[in-house]
Amino acid sequence: MRVTLKVWRQKSKDDTGRFETYTPQNISSSMSFLEMLDVVNEELITQGKDPIAFDHDCREGICGACSLVINGTAHGPQRGTTVCQLHMRSFRDGEEIYIEPWRAKGFPVIRDLVTDRSAFDRIMQAGGFVSVNAGGAQDANCLPVPKQCADKAMDAAACIGCGACVAACKNASAMLFVSAKVSQLSLLPQGQPERARRVLNMLRQMENESFGGCTNTLECEAVCPKEISVEHIARLNREFASAALVSEEG
Amino acid sequence: MNGLGRIFTMTVGLKFLMAVSGFILVGFLVGHLSGNMLLYAGPDAINQYAEVLKKFPVVLWTTRIFLIIAVFVHIYSGVKLSVLNKRARPHAYAVTKRVKATLPSQTMLLSGAVVLSFTLYHLAHFTFRWTHKEEFAGLGDFDVHAMMVLSFQSSVVSSFYVLSIVLLMMHLNHGLVSFFQTLGVNHSKYNGVVKSLSILLSIILALGFISLPISIYFGFVS
Ligand code: HEM
Ligand code: FES
Repeated sequence: MRVTLKVWRQKSKDDTGRFETYTPQNISSSMSFLEMLDVVNEELITQGKDPIAFDHDCREGICGACSLVINGTAHGPQRGTTVCQLHMRSFRDGEEIYIEPWRAKGFPVIRDLVTDRSAFDRIMQAGGFVSVNAGGAQDANCLPVPKQCADKAMDAAACIGCGACVAACKNASAMLFVSAKVSQLSLLPQGQPERARRVLNMLRQMENESFGGCTNTLECEAVCPKEISVEHIARLNREFASAALVSEEG
Repeated sequence: MNGLGRIFTMTVGLKFLMAVSGFILVGFLVGHLSGNMLLYAGPDAINQYAEVLKKFPVVLWTTRIFLIIAVFVHIYSGVKLSVLNKRARPHAYAVTKRVKATLPSQTMLLSGAVVLSFTLYHLAHFTFRWTHKEEFAGLGDFDVHAMMVLSFQSSVVSSFYVLSIVLLMMHLNHGLVSFFQTLGVNHSKYNGVVKSLSILLSIILALGFISLPISIYFGFVS
């Protein structure tokens, strides 16, 4: 198949950047989107040009490294899928495809389609952990966890921290990410001791990293490759209210 | 920082203020529409209603001050958050294709601004009687019925009212659903009901208010 790519090229953080057009030959509809970019890059390297920089690692939808906005949608047109799991058959023959990096003040572009997402690491460092060593596995009945809570915590823990929620949000808000991390721990016994401090510190860090606030447009859950629900944002809001207003710890 | 400080400075806290103040304003709209429906009960009913409201100045002014505070809190938090939110994406995308976000949810500042301008005009129109000085000259203090009939015969005034109410409906269409989510009221047990009732209320309010200029303009009430 043939496609026309409009790819964002930016030499460095300070470069203004621009779109460049590529019309790769030899594209098969069964290639993954990243394989298609590999083909483009091989052609560029053969011509002695700079290949397109883009993030990727596992290429099986679990690491959260791949991060492209394709035709205006984070991770492209297929729901519940990372870019690395997206295939060229999702596009029409002859289609024009815009490829842009995540755009947010908190995720500055380093080069082409690669952004610096260390802001998420700093949010995690602000509270996304349990300080005490949880030790070895206990007798199962010592620490009862309701099945429903374990399931919800598991859903939240599916977050791979790719940042698509930020990329898709009109406010570049990281609320879905923060809410997944807060939910996961607040639903489990090990997360109780630092519960109030965690939510306040992580939210404060999110704001310090220049991410916006939530306006409940639900675009984040629509593009999340792990389909994390905004129900976790509602839980984050409850956690914030109790931490700010009534918690002994907060 | 203490809890209240956080409510006034952190984004989730500001969002709580916006939700609560917005909800108070919705409460006002429900009351206001119920009163206005007296238009259909004839001139005496609505004019007496206006007179009764003015008879209890303490109640009237307490409510007014409460509403003015709600409006200020709503605008303060709305504008402050909107500025932060705009700053969070300094470089716009060349192409944007939304998957789930609705038009009302993405135009809250705009619909809010129209509602604010409309409210100011509405106060100048009926409360202070600045805009229709000559038309209202011979009318008594409580002749609401005549004021409405005189005003809404004009297609310009009626269309402006209808247009503003449509934008108010858009604002509430997202705002009411958003109110519950912001305050953490989200559970699969009742989400469907909450969403349907919220949208229904925004539609009932809009149809109710729109019916007033329309029925006068087309001569059903005169
Ligand atoms: C004075 C002009 C107004 C402005 C500038 C304004 C602005 C805003 C903004 C920016 C939002 C946040 C949007 C979002 O979450 O995406 C909002 C939410 C809201 N507004 Fe307004 N608004 C105005 C008037 C009103 C009025 C008159 C009402 C009610 C009758 C109202 C009810 C609400 C509600 C219920 C919310 C939802 C709060 C939440 O998300 O939890 N607003 N408004
Ligand atoms: S490369 Fe690991 S999730 Fe896509």
